[in-house]
Amino acid sequence: MNIRTVDEETIVSEVRRLCIESNITLPTSHLCALRRAKASEPSALGREVIEQLLENSKIAEAARVPFCQDTGTAVVYLDIGSEVHIETQDLTAAINEGVRRGYEEGFLRKCIDRGPLQRENTGDNTPAIVYYNHVPGDKVKITVLVKGGGCDNMSALTMLTPAEDEKDVIQFVVDVIEKAGPSASPPVTIGVGIGGTFEYAAYMSKRALTRETGESNPEPYLAELEQKILDAVNSTGIGPAGYGGVTTALAVNLESWPTHDSSFPVAVNLDCHSHRHMNVEI
Amino acid sequence: MNEKEPTQIQLPFDDDVLDSLRAGDAVRFSGVIHTALDHAHRELAHAIERDEELPFDPNGQVIYYSGPAPASPGTILGPAGPTTAARMDPYAPLLIKRGLAGIIAKGRRSPEVVEILKEHRCIYFAAIEGTAALLSSRVREASVIAYPELGAQAMHRLVVEDFPLVVANDLHGGDIYRHNIPEWRELAKKHIAERDNSER
Repeated sequence: MNIRTVDEETIVSEVRRLCIESNITLPTSHLCALRRAKASEPSALGREVIEQLLENSKIAEAARVPFCQDTGTAVVYLDIGSEVHIETQDLTAAINEGVRRGYEEGFLRKCIDRGPLQRENTGDNTPAIVYYNHVPGDKVKITVLVKGGGCDNMSALTMLTPAEDEKDVIQFVVDVIEKAGPSASPPVTIGVGIGGTFEYAAYMSKRALTRETGESNPEPYLAELEQKILDAVNSTGIGPAGYGGVTTALAVNLESWPTHDSSFPVAVNLDCHSHRHMNVEI
Repeated sequence: MNEKEPTQIQLPFDDDVLDSLRAGDAVRFSGVIHTALDHAHRELAHAIERDEELPFDPNGQVIYYSGPAPASPGTILGPAGPTTAARMDPYAPLLIKRGLAGIIAKGRRSPEVVEILKEHRCIYFAAIEGTAALLSSRVREASVIAYPELGAQAMHRLVVEDFPLVVANDLHGGDIYRHNIPEWRELAKKHIAERDNSER
């Protein structure tokens, strides 16, 4: 087997670039969803909000400034092919170096404190939250999700019982959205993880946010459930910025995983209208 | 549910204009506003309690709950989006009673503050969270007028042009967060049902 090598500097510079670019440019699929929502939103005020979001992204891209002052927690996913060797003594340190450079050189606000009870800013937005997956192949895929605080705060997890069904999943997501109201900065993107274990459901719900907007779960039953949840959420009336309307969420990205026969974890992770993620394959 | 174009408002406010505004109206401000966040509010509140002179007279003025980030080279102001209004609820009545005419922030206010706003003829305007690039691009001049030691939390005087906002609490009891969502709940359900019918 031929082992490909990737050097440390490539990882550092790509993480740096993804942190800066994702704060300046919204994903094309997300911008398209916003434009579609603007066309179909019946509330005039709702359309005005979406128009301002689109204009905000245009100004940010042209001036190369972050579109939101909450430049977020850097969540970094590395999918490492088994036929690749990354030449580094400390891969996590390399990723953090990329985050450090990105937030320094990109004029991004440093948002990370040493701990919830030790409120000193770490000064460089590190440490990042890092997840590693080993996958077949000879590529390394780096995905950066820039996670705003306000919408993460409105997220939730519950352990349903096996006696409950899809209605209860839909109701739980709607309850989370109702409780968040305007505070999650709608129109939101909703990541849902069902099954697995307590923490794996939460992991799935966040990773699901890195899916392109409009891309459904490949399993038809789950894709249909995504649509049902989206319709239920958009029936709450919260609307863009919480000013009333139909576009409360742009997408529901749901992932399901095998689970214990006595368990039913459901996690809901919300992302605000500044939906920032970007990836690169090396 | 207003279908009309945004109302252009020249600051300081004209009394008739204040009266004519309704929750849900889109507006555009041009003129002077002042930023103040948690720490500046605490300082102002202390000064009022001790009956000291304030670094600015709130009468007829507008306060924006925002902490502008440092400007990058070649820009007037760093990203300056609105912060959550509720955090300033404990301090807001003191300034409203001193004649403050407008507040810009985002999110619901406490029922007590909503009542005081109405009683003292102050309007609460909402800006859209996360549109910092757009809002900062509408700032023409920026200078620090008080508490420079507070950094981003220092009070800034901003001259804005075409600054996009929505009336959240008007002088007549209108409240966008408390009234619009229940109103839209039925409309949204109907809208989705109609979409499904037309797809069939």
